[in-house]
Amino acid sequence: MHVPDGFLDAPTSVATGVVAAAAIAVSLRAARRELDDRAAPMAGLVATFVFAAQMINFPVGAGTSGHLMGGALAAVLVGPWTAVLCLSVVLLVQGLLMADGGITALGTNITLIGIVTVAVGWAVFALLRRVLPQRLSVVAPAAAAGAFLSVPVAALVFTGLFAVGGNAPVDLGAVAVTMLGWHTLIGIGEAVVTGLVVASVVATRPDLVHGARPLTAERELVTREVEVA
Amino acid sequence: MGAGHGHRLHFHGHSPVHRAPAHLKVLGLLAFMLVVVATPREAYAVFAVEAAVLLAVVLLSRVPLTYLLPRMVIEVPFAVFALLVPFISHGPRTEVLGVSVSEPGLVAGVALLVKGSIGVLAALTLAATTEPQDLLRGLQRLRVPDLVVQIMGFMIRYLDVVTAELGRMMTALRSRGCDPRSPRHWPVLARSLGALFIRSYERGERVHLAMLSRGYDGALPQAERR
Repeated sequence: MHVPDGFLDAPTSVATGVVAAAAIAVSLRAARRELDDRAAPMAGLVATFVFAAQMINFPVGAGTSGHLMGGALAAVLVGPWTAVLCLSVVLLVQGLLMADGGITALGTNITLIGIVTVAVGWAVFALLRRVLPQRLSVVAPAAAAGAFLSVPVAALVFTGLFAVGGNAPVDLGAVAVTMLGWHTLIGIGEAVVTGLVVASVVATRPDLVHGARPLTAERELVTREVEVA
Repeated sequence: MGAGHGHRLHFHGHSPVHRAPAHLKVLGLLAFMLVVVATPREAYAVFAVEAAVLLAVVLLSRVPLTYLLPRMVIEVPFAVFALLVPFISHGPRTEVLGVSVSEPGLVAGVALLVKGSIGVLAALTLAATTEPQDLLRGLQRLRVPDLVVQIMGFMIRYLDVVTAELGRMMTALRSRGCDPRSPRHWPVLARSLGALFIRSYERGERVHLAMLSRGYDGALPQAERR
């Protein structure tokens, strides 16, 4: 899943590194608003959760498996800015301490998995939440839709990067079709798991779901009279 | 549990590579890999020199190759792609062992495999010779934003706690006849992940309160060097 060293040429790797650094700098300011001074411990624990969730594989077909990327999931649960930080830190730790994803490809990986999936997932989610009826039950389907789209879009962005700085003379059309086909399948898995996880958190602790906040604020405590026979 | 000492890839030692400051090691790895990535595809002599430099560092670190090589399986999915490149590329065909492959594809595939393998081995060497706390201090010296270093610190600190918690949940699921890999059981799996999120979030809240009660003001006190 992670792009290794040498897959994209040096200029492309450096350029995505600059993009990633800029996005992290913006997220750092905004995440303070989402989490105030709790930012460090909360984002740290959420990053750990994303890492743990990524350990669960699901079969994609033909004997291969994909795993959760978690961009859309983290964006809905803790807010997009914190999510960018969490996923970037997960990728940093994987790159520096687990040799997963090349160090020169760190910028590429953060751009694809940390920024594109979060941005697409959150944009789709926020749009659907605005359009759909204002009820808590729409949060999970909207999150699933965001998760579904986030994966193929990340694959498309990767294809674009590959077109600019790819290190293999492979037919671009073929790359695009394979990447899209494969990642649409992975996107379905991502969507189902994201939707179910968000639904279960909304059912038990809706106050923790960042994406549900505008909907929970309006709920009032109601005391119903029940007739006892 | 996992606070400060070692992590899964760490190989305890006292070699010059182990003792080198972490920020120099990270910078060195980055510079080295940028050179490797920028090396032209057909410059095999340069690849040989780069591989020799890396092997010299590995030997100097006294981390046995028998420790590092098995851990390179992490690049297998990528290696499979690199091996496919000669078959799916276009360009003039050539014969290798009686199989028709694309000539530029062959060159590109070999270069991908060499660069990828050097990258994984170099990253493994950094991971094997650097303790997490040293890495965090190194990143701090490299002016990585304080909040990012702190988030990383918390992630490293609670990595084993949370993954062990997930492991216990999976064991509990399996002992009740659930197969977490099967899509049929995804609803159960997802509820477990939801519970794991709530537990992690609440743990974060407790940690934050515990830190406040010990005088946390947004910046961590500098850890003493052991």
